This record gives sequence, C-alpha cells and structure tokens, in this order.
Amino acid sequence: MSNEALSFTSPGAIALEAIGLSKRFGSFKALDDVSLKVPAGEFHALLGENGAGKSTLVKCLMGFHRADEGAVLLDGREVSVRNPREAQGLGLGMVYQHFTLVPSLTAAENLVIARRDAPAVIDWAAERRRIEAFLDRTPFRVPLDRRVGALSAGERQKLEILKLLYLDQRFMILDEPTSVLTPAEADEILGHLKAMTERGEITVLMITHKFREVQAFADAVTVLRRGRVVGGGRGLSTREMATMMVGEAAATAGASGKAALPERRAMPASVGEPALELAGLFAEDDDGRPALRGVSLKVAAGEIVGIAGVSGNGQGALVETCCGQRPLSSGQMFVNGRDFLPTRRAFDAAGLFVVPEEPLKNAAVAGMSVADNIVFRRFEKPPLSRRGWWLDRRAIRAAGRELMTRFRVASPSPDTPIGALSGGNVQRAVLARELSAEPIAVLIVANPCFGLDFASAAEIRARIVAARNAGAAVLLISEDLDEVLDLSDTVAVISHGQIAYKAPIAEVDRGTIGIHFAGGSEGEQGAPLG
Amino acid sequence: MTDTGVITVLIALLAGAIRVSTPFLFVSLGECLTEKSGRVNLGLEGTLVLGAMVAFAISYHSGSPWLGVAAAAGAGFLMGALHGAICRLPRVNDIAIGIAMMSFGTGLALFLGKPYIQPSAPRLPSLPLGDWLDMPALAQMLDVSPLFLVGLALAFLLDWVFRNTRAGLIVRVTGDDAAAARALGIGVDRVRLFATALGGASAGVGGAFLSLYYPGSWNEGLSSGQGLMAVALVIFARWQPRRCLLASLFFGAASALGPALQSVGITAGYYFLNAAPYVLTLLIMAGSGSARRAAQYAPGELSINR
Repeated sequence: MSNEALSFTSPGAIALEAIGLSKRFGSFKALDDVSLKVPAGEFHALLGENGAGKSTLVKCLMGFHRADEGAVLLDGREVSVRNPREAQGLGLGMVYQHFTLVPSLTAAENLVIARRDAPAVIDWAAERRRIEAFLDRTPFRVPLDRRVGALSAGERQKLEILKLLYLDQRFMILDEPTSVLTPAEADEILGHLKAMTERGEITVLMITHKFREVQAFADAVTVLRRGRVVGGGRGLSTREMATMMVGEAAATAGASGKAALPERRAMPASVGEPALELAGLFAEDDDGRPALRGVSLKVAAGEIVGIAGVSGNGQGALVETCCGQRPLSSGQMFVNGRDFLPTRRAFDAAGLFVVPEEPLKNAAVAGMSVADNIVFRRFEKPPLSRRGWWLDRRAIRAAGRELMTRFRVASPSPDTPIGALSGGNVQRAVLARELSAEPIAVLIVANPCFGLDFASAAEIRARIVAARNAGAAVLLISEDLDEVLDLSDTVAVISHGQIAYKAPIAEVDRGTIGIHFAGGSEGEQGAPLG
Repeated sequence: MTDTGVITVLIALLAGAIRVSTPFLFVSLGECLTEKSGRVNLGLEGTLVLGAMVAFAISYHSGSPWLGVAAAAGAGFLMGALHGAICRLPRVNDIAIGIAMMSFGTGLALFLGKPYIQPSAPRLPSLPLGDWLDMPALAQMLDVSPLFLVGLALAFLLDWVFRNTRAGLIVRVTGDDAAAARALGIGVDRVRLFATALGGASAGVGGAFLSLYYPGSWNEGLSSGQGLMAVALVIFARWQPRRCLLASLFFGAASALGPALQSVGITAGYYFLNAAPYVLTLLIMAGSGSARRAAQYAPGELSINR
C-alpha cells in the first residue's frame, strides 16, 4: 500500500508561471497573450467580469483545454498538461464551482476512493488512523462518517480542499470557492489556506468576484478583461481593481456594437403610473436561502431599466419570479397599475413578455418544432385554432415560417425540433415569439446576448431598443455591463438580492458601478443608494 | 384460539417467511447491486422464471440439483449481461429494456420449458433445523433450504463489499454520480454491465429455488410476479442489502399468512390473505416510494430519479 497521502509533510508549494497563453474558440478570442506569475507560497487572486477569460485560463492550466499559444512553467520547468489527470500528477489541483464529491459516500470514503491506489479490500481501521493523522496536520475539521450529501456547504467545500491536500496537490486553483458559503465560513476557509501559503505548504490561485476577500487574503492580484491581462500587482485599492475590472468607457465603446443600435426616440416625459412596478420582492433560492431581499423597481413605458451585477446576486431569481417559475415569499408585481400574478392569462391580458436566460431551458420545449415553439403564446387563439381547441397545423406552420423569416431564424424547416438549432437561433426564435406581438406593454429580458456572436448580439440589441421605441417598458437584466450601459435609460445594480444603486444613464460612471458591483457598502464609497 | 394454535401459526409464519422469502431475497439483492450501479433492471422477473426453468431442466437431465442452481446462475448472468450490453447503446432507456427483458425471459422459459411441466426432477435437499422440537409437524415446517442460508450470507457479504472494498465503492460512485466516476477514471458502462450481470445471476438462483425447492416443480405460473415485487422491495429497503433481507422476510411472512391460518382451521378471507403481499407492495410503494426520505437514499444516477 503506498503512502501517497502521507507525503504531504514534505515541504513544497509549487510555483507556476504562464507565458503568453492564447486560446481561440472559433472566431472568439477567449485568451489573448495572457501571462501570469505565481511564486511558490503565494495567495494569488484572479479577478474579472463574467466572460473575461478567467475560467478559460485555469482550464488551460488544468489541461481541460489546450492553449493555442504560450507555455506553462511549474517550478521553472516547462510542462505540457494534456488532461486533468496529468495536472493531478504534477501536483495541480482544482476546486470547481460545483462540488465533485460523491453525495452518498461518506467523507472518508470519498477521500479513499479518490486515491488512485485505493486498496481492493479497505482496512477501515488503518485507513481511519491514516486519515486522522493527515487531518491533524491540516487546519480543517469535517465529520468523516457522515454522508457528504448531509454535510453543509461549508463542510463540503472544506472536504473538497482536503481532498486536494490528501492527493498531495500543492498548487491549488479555487474557482469562486466562497460563492456557496456564508461570510464566516468563507473567512475561516480562506484564513486557513492563507496560513498554509504563509508556511510555504501550498500555493493558491483563486478566482473571485469579491474585493473584500482579495483585500483580506490575497498577496497579489491579476485582473483580466476581455481575455487580456489589464492590470495587477500587490496592494491595489478596491477602486483601482474595480476600474480595471469594468474597463474604461472610451476603450470599449468601439467594440461593443453601439454603432449598430437604431436611433433612440426621446423618452416620453413619464406620466402617471409606471408600466411595470416591482414592490418589495422577496424570494428564496432552491436551498431555502434568501435570493431576493426586497427588490423594488419602477419601469416607465418607453424606458429601458438595465440591471447589472455580478452573477449570483439574485438576477436569476428575479427573472424567475417575474415569469412565475419561482414563488414569491412576499412582495407584489404591478403592471399598468394593476396587481399582476404570473399566469398565462395574465401575461396575455397585460401584454407582458419575457425572454429569460438560457432560452432553450427556460422558454422552449426542446423536442417540439420551431413553429410550435414560436406560437406558444397564441396557439389556442384564432387564426391558429378553431373554437379554442382544434389546432390548425397549416396555419401554425405558416405563422412559424413567417416569423422565422422576419427574425432570421436559420432552421432547415419550421418542423425541425428547436433543440437542434444553435444558441443564437433559439434565442432569435424565442425573441420572435416574445417580440412579435402587438402591443408590448412590458418586456423582461435576461442576458439576451449571452454566448452569441457579435452580429447576432447587435441585431438582438437593436430589436430590444426598437421595442422600447414602440413604447414598451423594458427590464433588462444582464451580466454584461457594457450591454447594460449601451441600452439602458436607467441603470441599476443588484447586489445580494437588493437594488444597491440606481441612476439615470447620464449620471452613471463606471467607477461607482464597479464599487456597487463588488458588494456596495464593502467598497470605499459609503452606503448603497436607493 | 388455543395457545398451541397461536404457537402453530407463529411457527408456520416463521417457516413460511423463510421459505417464501428466499426468491425475494435473491432477486432483491441482485436488483440492489444493479441499482447501486445506477441502473434499473426490471427484467429480473423474466430472469427469475428463466432461472427456474433452466435449473429444473438441468437437474432433470443431470440428476444434480446443484448443477441446476449453477446453470440458473449462469443463465441469469447472461440475461443481465444482455440487459447491460443493450443499455450501453446511446439513447436506450434501461426501464424500457427491462420490461422487454421481462417478456423475453418469461417467453423463453415457457418456450423451452414446455417438456418439463410434467416430469419431476431431483430437488434440493433441506436442512432439518426443527429436529430438536418434539412436534414432528412443526419440525417439518422448519426444514430450511441451504439456499436460504446462502442468501443470508450473500446479504451480509454484499453489505460488506459495499462498505469495505474498492469494487464496492466503485459501484456506489458509479451509481451516484457518473461524472465523478469518470473523473476518477472509472469505466461507468463496464461497471454497470458487471453489476447488472451479477444481479441477474443472483435472480437466476432465486428462480432455481422456486423450481427445485419450493414449490419445487416447474410450471408457467411459478413466479406470479415475485420478481417484480422484489424490485419494489429494493426501494423499501433503501438500497441496503441487510434491509433487503428484512424486507424479504417480511414479505415472506405476509405470503405465509393465509396458509398458516388455514393450518389451524381459519379459512375466512383466505384468498384475501393470499393477496396480502400484493397489497403490501402497493402500500409500501405509496408510502415509501413517493416520500422524499426514501429518495434521499436512492443512487443519484437512477433514471427514475432524474
């Protein structure tokens, strides 16, 4: 029986250096000449917005992707990592955003089976002694005999880290390790890791969104934006990091497709009731923790209110409650001054339309045809059906074909299952359904251009602005700050399930937004605004 | 009812439980192994019937009932391997294949087994555990099949394997999280193929018990759905081999209720009492199958879970 688990006592944080890594996915450059140096025993933070290339970078390091160009050095030696197993063999380990433990096995069983040399017959008494001796050398405590499924998120995260230590992986990549933890749990875990780096036992590279954790634990920072290193170093202030993260307005205006947007009609001077009003929305996530904590917002007809924010701050729950996928624990929605409950009939009566994120999952039936999906909102009404129950297949196909042409949905035929289309075409098909009705009173759109190429994104944004010009009240929820800034009349930032900031577009500057992005009051600039 | 009457009924229940539970035990242990690896094999009913027929035929021709048992295990292994191999193909649903395998196994047994309905074959011996009693009638009831003891040992062995061996952990990882299993370098399909094949072998032995011990002959209505009930029993047992044993005994006792009462002269509701195990299946499925508590123990990869 080998002592793989025991060699941990040997000192040995690993140094890592990446030189000029580039990675393309089709025409999209996910990494552009990224260099990164993490000396042994350093706690290094990797910052960036969604889609900045952080995940691509660590996936290249771990061997999930092969970089098109560039080299990776471990302790000064060039290595080629072809798959995660090889990375493991070199001492590179990663804690993923999702847990990789097996839920029905106990903590001890998870540790033993993760070892490549697990014995055929396990002598649990000896194995226990060895694991406990190993645990004594680490600061982490987890119950060994409980099923992992019954552990708390914090305990599971500790166990993920313990597994890396147990497998002797002394360069640790942590992908947003605290997103599922309470602040106290996060501080405990990061504090222990920090101490271990200081003792020279491990090196840590942590992807995070939280400036507070960077300030408290990281020795050095690298900031990525649009696949490039835009800054980094030691002892940066929150404001400096935020500015690097969200970029300079001038530097991005050309690249974000502003030119493609249609002329915006002036907003009508707001008269009377707002078209959409959210009053104190509270909701819980799937685990029963608060996801929305009193979201209140008004959107006038002909106005786009854009909600920006770091993902996981309640955006998903907000869209889901608005379209009836998630129950409200309290609060009310009003459309045109009337109480709104998200039922099919109410959507129809109020003229409220929703384009949720991941439309294939949230707004389409993958196995049904494109035409069927396009007519979901009105298939039971004439002319698509007679007397409300007899569907006219021919009319449905014709309606589908007509909208497919108008919204440029590229599909072999209206009868193709929508699940067979590309992401952009599914998005266009759902937009065709939600934007083709007249009149649109309220439009709720979430991440409409996520994962789409430049041209499709520009076209879809133009359609959203067109709907606004036609008088719709638009609530845009997006993780792409540039998109929010380009489209919105009013910008809001959501943080920890609350609207942390709201201002007309003319008064918005990126620095302030960046601060509220990263947890509002935790930044340098005072209390959150209304 | 007199005191001796009560004792007679209790002993008859115990004897019946041991006798009737054996096929339940083998099938449910087999299914437990298969489901732990992340697949459902509903075809074990067919495997049970085929095992019964093969065991009877081999015993008839060779004169050795134990050779019959081995042949039944082999036939069950092949049936399980066939299920496992078909389920490896993309876009194949294990439950649908299971139902097909159920019909296939039963049909094959009836087709091949026609000539064996009349003759009698050498039966498995029994261990007279009741000899210390001075009541011959009761002693006869406590004749225990060695296969029951094998099943008993198998339940504990399987439990031990799941906890204490790499193979057992690998089966559990595969059944709980195929992605994690692949990340550990485990060949998910291969593990499931073996788990299904071995599960089939166990069910085949259960069939051998039916035709070679109790009731001890081969005919078409031999199983009357016991294979299916055993599958349900695994859910009741929360996928734990030792609970499979308890559940099998419980089902066996329920099946023995009617005959036991009849033996002391109570015949009222005889047919109703004979239906007890079926009613029990329904109640158990309604009670434990839908509850979240049971689902929490279910292997995460089972297609009924997703």
